[in-house]
Amino acid sequence: MLRKETNGEERRLNRDEEDEEEEENDRGHDAWERTYADERSWEALQEDESGLLRPIDNKTLYHAQYRRRLRTATAVRIQKGLIRYLYIVIDLSRAATETDYKPNRMVVVARQVEAFIREFFDQNPLSQIGLLTLKDGVAHCLTELGGSPESHIKALMGKLVCSGDASLQNGLDLVHSLLNQIPSYGHREVLMLYSALSTCDPGDIMETIQKCKSSKIRCSVIGLSAELYICKYLCQETGGSYSVSLDEPHLKELVLEHAPPPPAIAEFAISNLIKMGFPQRAAEGVISICSCHKEAKVGGGYTCPRCKARVCELPTECCICGLTLVSSPHLARSYHHLFPITPFDDVAVSSDPHKVPKNCFGCQQSLLAPGNLPGPSVACPKCKQHFCLDCDIYIHESLHNCPGCESFIHSKSQ
Amino acid sequence: MTIPTKKKMAPAASKLYADDVSLLMVLIDTNPFFWNSINTSLSFSKFISNVLAFLNSILLLNQLNQVVVIATGYNSCDYIFDSSALQNHNQKGESLLQKLEEFVDKDESLCRDDSVDGPGFSLLSGSLSMALCYIQKVFRSGPLHPRPRILCLHGSPDGPGQYVAIMNAIFSAQRSMVPIDSCIIGAQHSAFLQQASYITSGIYLKPQLLDGLFQYLTTVFATDLHSRSFLQLPKPVGVDFRAACFCHKNTIDMGYICSVCLSIFCKHHKKCSTCGSVFGQAQTQDSSTPDRKRKTSVDN
Ligand SMILES: [Zn+2]
Ligand SMILES: [Zn+2]
Ligand SMILES: [Zn+2]
Ligand SMILES: [Zn+2]
Ligand SMILES: [Zn+2]
Repeated sequence: MLRKETNGEERRLNRDEEDEEEEENDRGHDAWERTYADERSWEALQEDESGLLRPIDNKTLYHAQYRRRLRTATAVRIQKGLIRYLYIVIDLSRAATETDYKPNRMVVVARQVEAFIREFFDQNPLSQIGLLTLKDGVAHCLTELGGSPESHIKALMGKLVCSGDASLQNGLDLVHSLLNQIPSYGHREVLMLYSALSTCDPGDIMETIQKCKSSKIRCSVIGLSAELYICKYLCQETGGSYSVSLDEPHLKELVLEHAPPPPAIAEFAISNLIKMGFPQRAAEGVISICSCHKEAKVGGGYTCPRCKARVCELPTECCICGLTLVSSPHLARSYHHLFPITPFDDVAVSSDPHKVPKNCFGCQQSLLAPGNLPGPSVACPKCKQHFCLDCDIYIHESLHNCPGCESFIHSKSQ
Repeated sequence: MTIPTKKKMAPAASKLYADDVSLLMVLIDTNPFFWNSINTSLSFSKFISNVLAFLNSILLLNQLNQVVVIATGYNSCDYIFDSSALQNHNQKGESLLQKLEEFVDKDESLCRDDSVDGPGFSLLSGSLSMALCYIQKVFRSGPLHPRPRILCLHGSPDGPGQYVAIMNAIFSAQRSMVPIDSCIIGAQHSAFLQQASYITSGIYLKPQLLDGLFQYLTTVFATDLHSRSFLQLPKPVGVDFRAACFCHKNTIDMGYICSVCLSIFCKHHKKCSTCGSVFGQAQTQDSSTPDRKRKTSVDN
């Protein structure tokens, strides 16, 4: 089996072809064949001008992809809804035992949800997640809304059993009743990972969808098998997004798209000033009685600035005076959304080689291509420093500071 | 002592990288206003000779160890030493001192207003960002590389204007599991570095006697990350988690947060100056959530 791939668009086509092939001799794959079929190693190859096969130049491809992402991200610089209340609804019906995802859909979904939960709390401090499961025609509440990633992940991993049918309506009804209690400034959202191709509902699902719409709950669905009209309709009505995943990497991409805060639609939440306290962390080794568990604890702990009660964990609410307590780093995690750094400009390779610095300002990597010619580089429009492509990506996707601008603040401000 | 230059090392040799090989990024505070203002026994030249001895001992601990020094100045930041780029290892000291002198001169020449009152701030956010870029390059170099850490030898007070940038750098370091160690050589504790070391699980230390700086450096900061778990290292004496308000840059322990963008204000405003949201009445939301929240915190 030798097949070449040049881009992702053809992947879907390819997959269809392969499905046919697999149906013909489905059980006929030997173990060695299966490893090739699973890894799709031929997809990492491309044909050059002379017809030779060689690995795809991932670096430039990756950089181009990133530039596209960056451009769309800066184009939509609207206010972001930063306090989110999200329920993740996981379909654990019989359909989740299908093995088109390896080892099966349920395990893959659980793995992606775990990664998503961690990423979500990284990007959305003060937001909360809750987990629901759909099985046996009913919806179960696995965890209530909360801000601790570990407790959600633990609960999810302990409950991975599939059975019965999935009911979209029961799931939405439960989410609706749970999300109706949250404060008005919060954004209500549902993310559903739906494996089944049917829904087994007790009543009129259209009514439920209208109910969600009027409660301003934004529902998004990621399907694992094929497109379903009712899911698409639900997402359209409530302002969410609907997508169907092709394979595990695609699923991961689709799930993680929901981690950054969605553009806030002004009517969806009422802006408000919330009073909060920033407790200090006590020295290690100090013994004190915490107000949340009512027991003596050694070390750690935070002191409420209003009533001086000791609490164990942040973020929380003071059990004595009710003040919302957060640590300021928790808030600072989202400030890069507020003060994004400008995209860097491409430096024309033909520009005067004497003007282009030899090394990347960030990492000191040489900016010269083989043969002492100027290689590809980018420059910050503000501080005019030059950076290599790798630093460009790192600076915009993870660091969120321009090392050049941060290194010349005094002189620049004059 | 001959050390093979790591740049030209064959791939086979990189197998030698064990978990105790370190890449130490040292950020030296060269803010001239700070060094002029302190009246302790530690002068800048004495400080540098302590640091040089410390760097030498790091390089002697393991022949694959690597040291990179970045100067944190008042107007600029720059790389002044990289042990992997050096051909002749007998001239480590000379090359570092020469680059440092050039840097300090350049930094001073950039200084245009001499009306600085107090010690001023040094550009910690810049040197931290550069160090993290360098570390990413090392991560990209392949699966086998020395384990990086950052050591801030810092004395200037925290610059409130750098708050967001420093926090961004801290979170990026945390995501790539790079600890930020801090050794405070000034008179005041640094809330920024306390948080940096706490969040990235690094060590924060403010030596009692700066005379013994070399001793502090070698006993606390010289051990590689793998061996750290076997040692009793200084425990944090509490972390200052107070925030700076966006309106006056005051440090506050209670304040108002905009629910749309999470900006911090020290008093109630009608409109958010960051995102422009108009706020309703000062809502007493405190009362609406505690019941539910408390329920969820129990099953953690
Ligand atoms: Zn309190
Ligand atoms: Zn670079
Ligand atoms: Zn810049
Ligand atoms: Zn203020
Ligand atoms: Zn705001």
